[in-house]
Amino acid sequence: MIDVLDAVKTYGEVRVVDGVRLALPSGGLTSIIGPNGAGKSTLLSLVARLVGLDGGRVLVDGLDVTTTKSDVLARRIAALRQENHLASRLTVRDLVTFGRYPHSKGRTTPEDLEHVARAIEFLDLGSLADRFLDEMSGGQRQRAFVAMVLCQDTDVLLLDEPLNNLDPRHAVAMMERLRAAADQLGKTVVVVVHDINVAAYYSDHIVAMSDGAVMFEGPPHAVICPEVLSDVYGLPVSVHTIEGRPHATYFR
Amino acid sequence: MPRLGVVAGAVGLLALVSLFVGVGDVTPVDLARAVVGGDSAERHDLLLLLVSRVPRTIAIILAGAGMAIAGQIMQLLSRNRFVEPSTAGTVESAAIGILAVTVLAPGAPVIVKMIVATCTALAGTALFLRILRYVPLRSVLVVPLVGLMLGGIINAVTTFFAYRLDLLQSLNVWMTGDFSGVLRGRYELLWLTFALTVLAFVVADRFTVAGMGQDFVTTLGMNYRAVLALGLSIVSMVTAVVVVTVGAIPFLGLVVPNLVALIFGDNLRRTAPWVALGGAGFVLVCDLVGRTVRYPYEVPIGVVVGVVGSALFLVMLLRRDARVA
Repeated sequence: MIDVLDAVKTYGEVRVVDGVRLALPSGGLTSIIGPNGAGKSTLLSLVARLVGLDGGRVLVDGLDVTTTKSDVLARRIAALRQENHLASRLTVRDLVTFGRYPHSKGRTTPEDLEHVARAIEFLDLGSLADRFLDEMSGGQRQRAFVAMVLCQDTDVLLLDEPLNNLDPRHAVAMMERLRAAADQLGKTVVVVVHDINVAAYYSDHIVAMSDGAVMFEGPPHAVICPEVLSDVYGLPVSVHTIEGRPHATYFR
Repeated sequence: MPRLGVVAGAVGLLALVSLFVGVGDVTPVDLARAVVGGDSAERHDLLLLLVSRVPRTIAIILAGAGMAIAGQIMQLLSRNRFVEPSTAGTVESAAIGILAVTVLAPGAPVIVKMIVATCTALAGTALFLRILRYVPLRSVLVVPLVGLMLGGIINAVTTFFAYRLDLLQSLNVWMTGDFSGVLRGRYELLWLTFALTVLAFVVADRFTVAGMGQDFVTTLGMNYRAVLALGLSIVSMVTAVVVVTVGAIPFLGLVVPNLVALIFGDNLRRTAPWVALGGAGFVLVCDLVGRTVRYPYEVPIGVVVGVVGSALFLVMLLRRDARVA
């Protein structure tokens, strides 16, 4: 359960997140969509306590993210930001093993190693496990980061653009895996995605943001409609139903 | 991939060689005789070994291992491959502390010098990291340049006062590493770097995660400021102890961790033994070169390390091309 209560974040004069109120239930996959600069990433970072609040509160399972101890939150929330540039040289296995740090505090147990092996398998990284991240492609790296976040084994997963750098095959596989994390493991998954149709196809719930505020939220069929999307993106969007699912098109 | 045991053995062998190189002619045979009695010359050899050679070799190993680990930690904390205590203003800041003690409390014991130098080194390094926050273009090479400039400014201040107070010669001693003055009773402080190296190994994961950036530190439930403070304290104290006892050893913290990273990466938990051994071995070799190249005179270790280190570093720079970041 994630409760965002009038969250505010300002950078200089700009209120990037401007009094957002949001209540996301436990379980399921929520997508946050919206144009550039809508405050999606900032909102996600606020929930993940990676960025400090300038007003309002954020509660995750009733715990205030500003006041709760960071290592307690680290066992409940795992987050991945959009840009993950590593200056240091780590192997995929090193990276994924660090996902266990909140549980192991550096003393890796056999149980931790099982989690690591499962996460590596889950993201199809078996053959790359001992490669250095700086010697891999962007998409492979992205999968390694997601494996690390999964390995943290938290109830809440917050992922900013998990499809970054992924080709269609891996993008689909990634969304299927996140779906499985929600359906089979009961995780609460929140993602920021740019592709409206990815959001429409895989989400239980969509939050549409613009100018630092939540414009609409609801199940896909309620949000994926021409009026809402045109309003959110400031661009004429039409929605077609293909095989019973809404598809947005915005090319003229 | 080389084995740790083999490398440890090689470093041990170097240490053994280091014991028997020097102006005084000490041979294992003489020593064996001295132990079972022997004549006065042979007993003199034993004394020489215990008072000068053994302390010197231990000092080299401790200082080499400590500075290499300090360099690796600096690189992780600043997330830059080219940062180490001598490119971050740390060494120069330690020197200003020693100068202050020398001037204000000339009779103070060496431990006081060390503590004050640790504090100034900490302040200088923290200032370096603070300045980095305001540097708009954080390109890979700008970071160490900022550190070198900061070091230059601090050094200018130190030099000014040292000049005015007729202490330039002392300043030169601190800024140029030299093991020739190491004797029993004058190097034991270096064992502190051993303790700090062990500590760094115990908390290695925190520094590795810090090298991944603040967001990873937070999301994994660590306190970024605490990790930074711990790392800077270790680096500052190691640097201060080394500068106080044997003088600055430049480039070491740059060359060794970078070479190790090429093969083993940057996971400090795994690389720490390699970095420590590599640092010790590197300084042992440079010290042997310094002692033999114009025998019976000595070239200070700081000079040898500077020459060998910068050459190695150039090779690395040219070889790894775009992958340095």
